[in-house]
Amino acid sequence: MASIGAGQQAALLLLADGRLPAGGYAPSGGLEPAVTAGRVSDMAGLEAFLVGRAETAGLVAAGFAAAACVRAARGDLSQIPELEAELDARIPSPELRKVSRDLGRQLRRAMTGIYPHEHYAELGRAPHQPVVMGVAAAALGLDAHGAALAILHENNSGAAAAAAKVMRVDPFHVHAILARMTAQLDRLAGVAAAAADGAPCDLPCHGAPLADIAAEHHRRSDVRLFAS
Amino acid sequence: MSDEKNVNSRALRLGVAGPVGTGKSSVIAAICRRMRDEFQIGVITNDIYTDEDARFLKSVGVLPEERIRAVETGSCPHTAIRDDVTMNLIAVEDMERDFAPLDIVLVESGGDNLTATFSPALVDAQLFVLDVAGGGDVARKGGPGISGADLLVINKIDLGEHVDVDVDRMVADAEKARDGGPVLPLSRKRPETVEKLCDWVRGMHHTYAAGGHTPKDPGPMAPHHHAHDDHDHSHSHSHD
Repeated sequence: MASIGAGQQAALLLLADGRLPAGGYAPSGGLEPAVTAGRVSDMAGLEAFLVGRAETAGLVAAGFAAAACVRAARGDLSQIPELEAELDARIPSPELRKVSRDLGRQLRRAMTGIYPHEHYAELGRAPHQPVVMGVAAAALGLDAHGAALAILHENNSGAAAAAAKVMRVDPFHVHAILARMTAQLDRLAGVAAAAADGAPCDLPCHGAPLADIAAEHHRRSDVRLFAS
Repeated sequence: MSDEKNVNSRALRLGVAGPVGTGKSSVIAAICRRMRDEFQIGVITNDIYTDEDARFLKSVGVLPEERIRAVETGSCPHTAIRDDVTMNLIAVEDMERDFAPLDIVLVESGGDNLTATFSPALVDAQLFVLDVAGGGDVARKGGPGISGADLLVINKIDLGEHVDVDVDRMVADAEKARDGGPVLPLSRKRPETVEKLCDWVRGMHHTYAAGGHTPKDPGPMAPHHHAHDDHDHSHSHSHD
């Protein structure tokens, strides 16, 4: 199993922390529309939702963060446009593509103030969140596995935190799910890191069509707590 | 191209905070209506959920619709103007870029409580809005927005007699809580008070444009007093 190198653990914690001021509190990661539609209604449903999301959208995001990280670490951003296009192709919902790019802009805007690096200005107007996460991870000295783990954790804990606002839950039980998922996230980060240096078209491409459909419904909803 | 600040197209960023229902949107509408021919203005609204406030401002037609944009705060209105301003910062910078050169960008906070104030990283100056219908003692209770905002607006003064609030007393309490800082009694039914509000904005813009204004921070929380029933004891502390 890959491990985070000595001297990198604190950087990983910084990047994955939900308190990183990059606007991560506004989306629910698709949980709110799933609850609204009645597809998630109890703790078992929440766990299944989070596990499924990590295995699909989570692994895809991790793959692209890892791929962006290895390229940024080499100082070669020439394949970033290809990564962006490949990731677009993996997100059928226009709304979810916009969410990913909005979060990417926010992460870049935050990291530009927190830990400036020349790469940020080279990422185009609205880069996808996983791509920015990969570049930020490289800037902080993290490797592909660290980049993958950072976005897996950030996306997972963000969706889980939304549960307290859209469901009747005991927050301890929500975090118990996150604790049970730690080995899964480590494994997924390993899968992502193993694919990182390959051709962009071969990066993970799992999908969850209902999440894409739900995101489109959510955007058209007049009553929502979360932006997505 | 990235999202860094472009100093050359920088407008005065003016925050409007205050509890739910005190009239933040109406204050912004009044400023836009009276000053849109003098200044190039943009508005960013922050909603607890959906984009209700942006819809209201668009519906009253005080600015072209594209000059009013909503930030959805995921039911964290306090966080979005204070601890993590990134979404708002990007919205303000986008607005300034898309409609350059703007003179003033108004940022309306999502209606929160008395402790919500803007970070100086987001706005250059801020006004805090209370209303008489919320109770005459609110100004005396204090809080960082009441004591430290650049301007305190006490809105809906025409309602004072209907809700048994002595407006003059409330204004005096507010002035005391602010150590003499400016307090503006306001009613949209009294045009002279609206003009005073606009004069304050004009003055702030003038000072800002001349480079004479340094953003100050009202602070996340101000020391406050607890009165106890059984003995006359008070102490100061701050919450995190």
